[in-house]
Amino acid sequence: MFRYGVAAVFMASAFVLSPYVISDPVLHVLVQIPLLLLSGGLLASRVTISKDIAYVFLIIALVTLIYWMLPRSIDAALSSPWHNAGKFVSLPLLAGAPLVLSWKHLHPVLRGFLKANAISMLGIFAFLYIHAPIRICNSYLITDQQNLGYGFFYVAISLSNYWGWSLVFGSPQRVSHDDTLQSIERVKHDL
Amino acid sequence: MTTRLIFPLLAALLGGGFLWQSTDGLRAITTEEARRISVAENPRPVPEAYLEAMDGTSVALLPQHNETVLVEFIYTSCGDICQVAALDFSEIRDQLALENADVRMISISFDPEQDTPDKLSYYGEAHNADGTLWTVARPISLSGETSLSDLLNLFGVTVIANEWGGFEHNTAIHMIDENGQFSQVFDIDDVDQVVTTVLERS
Repeated sequence: MFRYGVAAVFMASAFVLSPYVISDPVLHVLVQIPLLLLSGGLLASRVTISKDIAYVFLIIALVTLIYWMLPRSIDAALSSPWHNAGKFVSLPLLAGAPLVLSWKHLHPVLRGFLKANAISMLGIFAFLYIHAPIRICNSYLITDQQNLGYGFFYVAISLSNYWGWSLVFGSPQRVSHDDTLQSIERVKHDL
Repeated sequence: MTTRLIFPLLAALLGGGFLWQSTDGLRAITTEEARRISVAENPRPVPEAYLEAMDGTSVALLPQHNETVLVEFIYTSCGDICQVAALDFSEIRDQLALENADVRMISISFDPEQDTPDKLSYYGEAHNADGTLWTVARPISLSGETSLSDLLNLFGVTVIANEWGGFEHNTAIHMIDENGQFSQVFDIDDVDQVVTTVLERS
């Protein structure tokens, strides 16, 4: 129940930010969009899906994420209310939730590949947004575009530190009675 | 086994198609690129509109008998990119004047409140726009029909205020062809391309 409350709070915060994201791409891309993704992820965190459809969910999530990486989608969300509504629906339900649902079934190598891709993509975005001689979004000032570039850089550094740390020292996994039972069930099911 | 293969493949195909659509076939990831493709593929009819020129007279936005009209958007107190754009615009004017091209060039201010005809003239003098081929104008309700926001919408220009009291906007040269269609967008420094295109048309 608690996680649904938090998901609702994240969703509500994303709504509240709406008037402010018009003039600040950092708030838009690095706060509002992650809030929407997290709210969807939280909604799905206790749900299990069959392994057979895990890759379909992963592909849906990746396509949605790529779509919202396009600068023109960000512009469109600001100029068209329909696009903005699409953002509020698609990011939680077609990106955050399916990513979490499929993640449990993904091979560790694929997980690592996706994480490495996320970091390098953020790094490329950082470079691009800091150094682009043109305005990438019509809706935002060039100085704010550079701020967003630095934002991408800090997120890339933080994520690589976090994931690198877990790789070296092991991730701080909480093993509860529930989880253990679930794993046993899963092993039984797979057998 | 088959479901494990077929459904992801189907999802990838549909997803790929969706992203292909969303980027105009991987050609446009920014709004500006999308605007240029959209205009080239589906020229937009320009309505009859009149602007107030720097000398106080009224000028038509639409081409008159077979000429081409080149439009750029400016504001006269602009410190950087408009000045560079004006240099390129005057270069284009010089080349087209040499060729006797049938063309008119208009720098339209999107800040008509501040940019009075006096300021427009000052800007014109500074860049050698004497009103023969190239004039500076502002959209003011001379015809009453076309407002500034209609114009900006038509041309797909987004203007936002910057932190210094000025503006930032997607700067480009817009071509209205002899049929009254807004049909091409050029980079401001693409002087040769603009000149060639206009000469081919006249």
